[in-house]
Amino acid sequence: MKTLPAVDAVIVGGGWAGLLMAKELGARTSLSIVVLERGPSRQPSDYSTDMDELDYAIRLRMMQDLSRETVTLRHDAARRAVPLRQHGAFLPGAGVGGSGEHWNAQVPRFLPDCFELLSKTTQKYGASALPEGHAVRDWGITYDELEPYYTRVDKLLGTSGQAGNIRGKRIGGGNIFEGWRSEGYPTPPTKVPYFAALFRDAAKSLGYHPYPAPSANISQAYTNPDGISRGGCTYCGFCARFGCMVGAKAQPSSLLLPIIQKRQNVSVRTGAWVRRILLDPAPKSAARGVSYVDAAGQEVFQPASLVFLASWTFNNTRLLLLSGIGEPYHPATGRGTLGSNLTHQVTVPSATAFFDRPLNRFMGAGSAGFLLSDYDRDDLDRSSLGFIRGGYFGARGYGFQPIGVFGVLPSSVKATWGSDWKKAAIFYYDRTATIGFAGEHLAYKTNLMDLDPVYKDALGDPLLRLTMDWRDNERKMVGFATPIAVDLARAMGARQINPFPGLGSYDATRYNSTHVQGGTIMGDSPAYSVVSPYLQHWQLPNLFILGGSTFPQNASANPTPTVLAFVYRTADAIVDRYLKHPGPLA
Amino acid sequence: MPSIRSSVTLPHMRRRHFLTLSAATLGGVLVYSLDRKASLLSAQHKPVRIPLRFLTETEALIVAAAASRIFPSDDSGPGAREAGVAVFIDRQLAGSYGRDRFRYTQPPFEDAPDEFGYQGSATPRQIYREGLKGLRGFHHLSPTAQDEALRKIESSLFFSLLRQNTIEGMFCDPIHGGNAGMVGWQLVGFPGPRMSNLEEIEKYYGQAFRPKPLSLRQATGVKVRPSEDES
Repeated sequence: MKTLPAVDAVIVGGGWAGLLMAKELGARTSLSIVVLERGPSRQPSDYSTDMDELDYAIRLRMMQDLSRETVTLRHDAARRAVPLRQHGAFLPGAGVGGSGEHWNAQVPRFLPDCFELLSKTTQKYGASALPEGHAVRDWGITYDELEPYYTRVDKLLGTSGQAGNIRGKRIGGGNIFEGWRSEGYPTPPTKVPYFAALFRDAAKSLGYHPYPAPSANISQAYTNPDGISRGGCTYCGFCARFGCMVGAKAQPSSLLLPIIQKRQNVSVRTGAWVRRILLDPAPKSAARGVSYVDAAGQEVFQPASLVFLASWTFNNTRLLLLSGIGEPYHPATGRGTLGSNLTHQVTVPSATAFFDRPLNRFMGAGSAGFLLSDYDRDDLDRSSLGFIRGGYFGARGYGFQPIGVFGVLPSSVKATWGSDWKKAAIFYYDRTATIGFAGEHLAYKTNLMDLDPVYKDALGDPLLRLTMDWRDNERKMVGFATPIAVDLARAMGARQINPFPGLGSYDATRYNSTHVQGGTIMGDSPAYSVVSPYLQHWQLPNLFILGGSTFPQNASANPTPTVLAFVYRTADAIVDRYLKHPGPLA
Repeated sequence: MPSIRSSVTLPHMRRRHFLTLSAATLGGVLVYSLDRKASLLSAQHKPVRIPLRFLTETEALIVAAAASRIFPSDDSGPGAREAGVAVFIDRQLAGSYGRDRFRYTQPPFEDAPDEFGYQGSATPRQIYREGLKGLRGFHHLSPTAQDEALRKIESSLFFSLLRQNTIEGMFCDPIHGGNAGMVGWQLVGFPGPRMSNLEEIEKYYGQAFRPKPLSLRQATGVKVRPSEDES
């Protein structure tokens, strides 16, 4: 194995988390930094010709190449896992920018009590309110401590929206149930697609409090504190699964990469597939770098004083397992922490509504629309309903292309091919829309990640194995949400409505969201967590783990702003404290 | 000097196959009468002979006939025949999709419930080749007999691929060989890759806004290479 010259910091993964850390450390220090990204390089100009539904949204050109590596899945420990041979429930991206290139740029914050879920729930409702077998934890940090970093994230992204709570003052038109924010959004809400306008008006008529979806696909020109300028969204509708053709959508390649590329002390190496984190021989109290296979297929060792993992939930967990760092979690004994608390945001189409008027659905943006959080708040006692926590409803005009949605029909239409089907599918093509629900996913002792004993990746390393299923709490929550969405659709004037049939077993074929979390969770004690709230490994103080893998459980809200807020906080702690006195920060 | 190669058939070589599409059945501009019946102004005046990349001529004729029953040409407008769906499917099968370039195909292959997705080892190419064997002579049958034959295989993996690929071939960008003349987009009112809807998005609440479709090549002025043309 070839050994490269040592650097101060190596960052595994060039997505949102890794590139934000590279930008912060690179711009504020003279540390030598290398980002290792196994996918291809990327420039914003690549997206000027990507508006091709087949290659990008159907054949999934920007996603990880599963022929080289995937994960295996089983619903419970009594069964054998099988590999997920094609993409389905989640869509991890590949290449510089990661999933932050092809995302929808929906950027809500987590509710304040999410960070203290165990103690707040127990305090309010008693320990018996939590379902049997849960693994719910506090994060070891409060929303109040995180709020300044959330505000920095909003300024980085230029988030468009309407505040509902500025320093405790509730503001009508925004989300009055949200946690306090120190300032309003940097840019005003986006324009409103017709379907979302119908939802907004219907929700108001039913006494709810709809608000414009917070969007990092911005409504107007904006220059962020780093001096990066971009224009407003043109509502072309090619967001999810595409890079942004006009650069209005916040993407690592447009917000972070240009700054990194100007810094002499930071470099990004693509085609670098990291396989192991190497430790000092004895007493194994520090990481000394990472080994990877480079673009030419050669195994190389990159020594570094600081190691950051930022390779998304699955790979962060898998790299620690493959490197033998930390004790794998064992559900039967409760021993170990690594791989525990696997969660996946509960996302369903609660009501599919069919209208008699055209909706012009090709116009839109990934987060242009209205949300409703009346059932996603910390002061609502739902104990009589048999489940805890909640979620938000949304009507977004993502911008729809025909292959993906042609043939979604009212349940009254029985044909699935031929003339009758074709006629109905053409009629309903632009008259159909979905009210979505996104709910919290609690952590359970039986949902976890470890190494698969059978299946291997292209280099011969074991695949990551997910053991995961939905439980009654999620099923009841989704069942509770469905009639609410149906009522909303009726108030919007829908002619026919297909209610969501209900949550069965965890389905790896239905796209849910790319918000899979846990495996290397944070907490205030090494007894149950892998990293501290500074994302610093409890046993190896020069190893930091960034991203959703550190979340003890899944909030209803989408995770990116929370991921980035923690990266800012850790970067500050490293620059202000760690570099002067290397050692534990917590 | 005669080459040795000319006298043997190499495994990767085959006789060239063509699909001949008659005039008035490929692409064109849709015209709607007052009662919303669509008719096609043909863009083609001569039969077109299209070289096939994977399917044999007979297989292509069966695929074309079956796709036309799934998405027929009828009084609600043109269908798979006019869109060139068979040409699209042939190119997809010849490319990375057909050979499962991006799917995890390591053994062992185990059966699993539907929620785990397709677990088989057969590629789309193999599924088509096998499935088409069961439809011998299909293109010579009457439409009624064709529908009957398709109903018998409705629950097969082959049929579900054929149905999905037919929809893809109706509505993909024309660079992929389907949606000829953008007939699919015209049927549903999709304008293709339209660069800006800034002025229109809040203007057409409740009424149809149907700008003339443009293909990716027309909208960007760039000759984009589809993934099936890459090695």
